[in-house]
Amino acid sequence: MRFGTEIVLLSLFAFAALVAAGFGVDEAFRQHMWVLFFAVAGFTAILLRNTELKLAAPVDPSAYMDGPIRYGAIATMFWGIVGMLVGVVIALQLAYPHLNIEPWFNFGRLRPLHTSGVIFAFGGNALLCTSMYVVQRTCRARLFGGNLAWFVLWGYQLFIVMAATGYLLGITESREYAEPEWYVDIWLTIVWVAYLILFLGTILKRKEPHIYVANWFYLSFIVTIAMLHVVNNLSMPVSFLGSKSYSAFSGVQDALTQWWYGHNAVGFFLTAGFLGMMYYFVPKQANRPVYSYRLSIIHFWALIFLYIWAGPHHLHYTALPDWAQTLGMVFSVMLWMPSWGGMINGLMTLSGAWDKIRTDPIIRMMVAAVAFYGMSTFEGPMMSIKAVNSLSHYTDWTIGHVHSGALGWVGMISFGALYYMVPKLWNRERLYSMRLVTWHFWLATLGIVVYAAVMWVSGIMQGLMWREYDEQGFLVYSFAETVAAMHPYYVMRAAGGAMYLAGAALMAWNLTMTILGYQRKEQPLPGSAPAYQPAE
Amino acid sequence: MDYNLMREFADSWGLVAMALFFVGCIAFALRPGSKAHADHAAKIPLQDD
Amino acid sequence: MGLIDKHALIEKNATLLLVGSLLVVTVGGIVEIAPLFYLDNTIEKVEGMRPYSPLELAGRNIYVREGCYLCHSQMIRPFRDEVERYGHYSLAAESMYDHPFQWGSKRTGPDLARVGDRYSNSWHVQHLTDPRSVVPESIMPSYAFLKDKPIDLKDFSTHLVANRRVGVPYTDDMIAHADADLMAQADPNADTSGLVGRYPKAKVGDFDGNPQQVTEMDALVAYLQMLGTLVDFKNYDEAAGYR
Repeated sequence: MRFGTEIVLLSLFAFAALVAAGFGVDEAFRQHMWVLFFAVAGFTAILLRNTELKLAAPVDPSAYMDGPIRYGAIATMFWGIVGMLVGVVIALQLAYPHLNIEPWFNFGRLRPLHTSGVIFAFGGNALLCTSMYVVQRTCRARLFGGNLAWFVLWGYQLFIVMAATGYLLGITESREYAEPEWYVDIWLTIVWVAYLILFLGTILKRKEPHIYVANWFYLSFIVTIAMLHVVNNLSMPVSFLGSKSYSAFSGVQDALTQWWYGHNAVGFFLTAGFLGMMYYFVPKQANRPVYSYRLSIIHFWALIFLYIWAGPHHLHYTALPDWAQTLGMVFSVMLWMPSWGGMINGLMTLSGAWDKIRTDPIIRMMVAAVAFYGMSTFEGPMMSIKAVNSLSHYTDWTIGHVHSGALGWVGMISFGALYYMVPKLWNRERLYSMRLVTWHFWLATLGIVVYAAVMWVSGIMQGLMWREYDEQGFLVYSFAETVAAMHPYYVMRAAGGAMYLAGAALMAWNLTMTILGYQRKEQPLPGSAPAYQPAE
Repeated sequence: MDYNLMREFADSWGLVAMALFFVGCIAFALRPGSKAHADHAAKIPLQDD
Repeated sequence: MGLIDKHALIEKNATLLLVGSLLVVTVGGIVEIAPLFYLDNTIEKVEGMRPYSPLELAGRNIYVREGCYLCHSQMIRPFRDEVERYGHYSLAAESMYDHPFQWGSKRTGPDLARVGDRYSNSWHVQHLTDPRSVVPESIMPSYAFLKDKPIDLKDFSTHLVANRRVGVPYTDDMIAHADADLMAQADPNADTSGLVGRYPKAKVGDFDGNPQQVTEMDALVAYLQMLGTLVDFKNYDEAAGYR
C-alpha cells in the first residue's frame, strides 16, 4: 500500500499530540498541542485520500527528484508573502499603535512571527528547494534516501507552523531568531539531521568527481546551523508536558551564546546558504561560468573562518568582557574582505555580457542582489566598530541595515532563483510574463531604498537625540519626545515595506500563472530579442 | 586546564595553526596548475540540466 | 609535490569538506565563548544579588512571553547620557540569575534595567492598561488583559526546580514554600516575614489594585518594581569591577 507506514506513524503522532493536549500542564501548551493535532491529522487525511492499495510504480533512479522542490518553491512564495505581510503589519503598528490587538496580535508576539517568517519560512524554504535542485544537477545524481526529501520538506513546514502558532500563543524562549520552545527545537533538530543526511548522501553518490563550490556553501550552511541550533537552544524544560523551559546559560554567558548564534545565523543561514544559490544561479542565468573559481574557494574558506568570530559585536559596551568585544570587532572588520571578494566574483561573472543587465530582468535582479550584498557587508563591519556602534546600537539604524541585507540580498537572489527555476521545474517554455518581472524589480528596489534611507535617518536621529545635551549640561530630550519624533519615519518605512510586498505579490501571481501553464501576450522587452533594422 | 593557559595557546600556536591552515587554503586554491582544474569545475553547472 | 598532487582530496571528498568546515567554525566558538564559563573574573563580586522570588519569576515569564525585550533593553551602557537617563551602568552580576538574559537589542521604548521603584504600582497598572493615558507619545500596545488573567498556579515550585537544575541557587526551603510565597507576595494581608527572609528587598502588597485575586498584572508589576533594585552601588568598587 502506498504511504502505508507513513499513515500509521502519522496517526500515532496525531494521537500523541491529542494526549498531550489533554494532559498538558499549562494552557498555552494544551492549545499548542491542539494545533499540532489538527496539523498532523489533516496531513494524514490528505495521505489517506491519495493512497492506493497497489504498490507505487518504481522510480527511475537516474531521473532527478523534483517533486519536493516544486512544493518547496511554492512554499517559498507562500511564506514569503505571509512573512512580509506580517512585516508591513508590525511596521504599521509602530506608526499607529491602535492596530495592536491584544493579546495574540500585539507587536511583541507578531515581531518574532515576522522575523522567523521571512528568515526561516521564506529564506529556509528557498534554501531547501534550491539546495535540492543544485545538488542534483551539479552532482548528476538523484536525491539520496528515497522519500527522505519529502520528510525534510514536510517536517520543515510543520516546524514553521508550530513555531508561528507558538509565537501567537506566547510560547517563546525570547532568544532572537531562535524563539521556538524546547519541543519545537527538538523537532527541528530531527528534520535538520535528516536534511544533512539527504544532502551529504547525495554528494557522496555523485557522478561528477568534483564537488561544485555551491555545494560547499550549502553544506557548511547545513552543518553550522545544526551546531548553532543545538548549542544555543540548550534549555531545561519545566515539565515534559509544558511549554516553558529555562535556558541552560545565564546572563552574560547566555547573551554571548545567543549572539554567537544570532550573528552566525546571519553568516551561515542568510549568507553562506544564499551564496551557494548565487554560485549556481548567476552562472546559469548568465550562461557563463563563474568569474574566478579559485576566488570562490578562497571566498569560502575566508568567510567561514572569519564569520564565526564576529558575534560579540552585537554586545559592544555591554557587560561582556572587553577582550571579547574587541575580538568581535576585529574579526568583523576583516570580514569585509572576503565579502567583497565574493561580491566581485558574482558581479564579474557577467563581464563580457553586461548588456544582459539591460535586457534580462532576472539577471538585473541577481545583480542587484549581489550589489546589495556588497553594500550591507560594507555597512556591517562599519557598524561593528565600537565608536560607530555606540551611536547605532539600540536604534533603527540596525533595523535598516538588516533589511538592506535581507530585502536586498536574500530576497532578490531568492526571487532570481525562483524565476529561473520555476519554468524549468514545471517544463514551461518561459515565464508567464517578463514585464511583470521588471515591475517586481523596480517595486522591490524602490521599496528597499525607501526603507533603508528612512531607517538611516531615523536611527541616526534617534541616537543623536538620546545623547544631546544643552549648554547647562542637561539632557535635551525625554525618551517620549524621541519616540514621537520617529512617527513620520515609521509611516514612510511601512510604505517602503508595502512596495516590496507588492513586488513579491506580483511574483506570486507571475509564478502561479507560469505553473498553471499560461503565457501572457505581451510585447517582448526591448533588447531581449534581436531587433531587426529595416533594409535601406 | 585554566583560562590563562588556553589564552596563551590561542594567541600563539593556535593562531599560527589557523593562519597556516588559511594560507594553505589560499595557496592550494592558487597553486600552479590548478587553473585548468578550476576551469573545469566552474563549468559543472553549465553542462546540462 | 605530494601535497599538491593530493589537491583533489578536499575538493573531491565530501566528508573531509564537512569535517574541515566544522573544525573551522567550532574553533571560533570554543575560544570565544568557553572562557566565559570558567573564568572567575567574567562576573564582578557584588552584594545584594539573589534569585527571583516566585512572583517576580512568574512576572518575568510574562515579560518574556509578551516579547517586551523586543522594544526594551535591560542593559545600560557606560555612557554619560545613558547613566544620567537610566542610572548606573549594568553589571554582568546583575543578570547572573537570568535564564534567559533579557538585555535586548533595540530601544523602541526606554531601557528598563533600573525601572524598579521609579513609578508607583498604580502608574504601572495604568500604563500597561492604557499606555497613552499616561504617556501620550507612547506607541506601546495595551496589556489590559493581564488584569483579568489569574496567575497559572499549577505547582509553581517546578519552575524553581528547573532553575536550580541550570544553576540558580534556590534552596529546598525556597522550593517548599514556592506556591505559598507566590500568593503571599501579592496579598496585602499575608504574613510575609518568611518571604522577605528568603528574598531580601522583595516588594510585597497588592500590585494591581485588586486584592481579591493574584493576576498576571500583579506578577508583571512585581517584576518591574524589583528591576535594578538589588545591588547597592554605594559599596561597589568600580576599578575592581573592570573586565
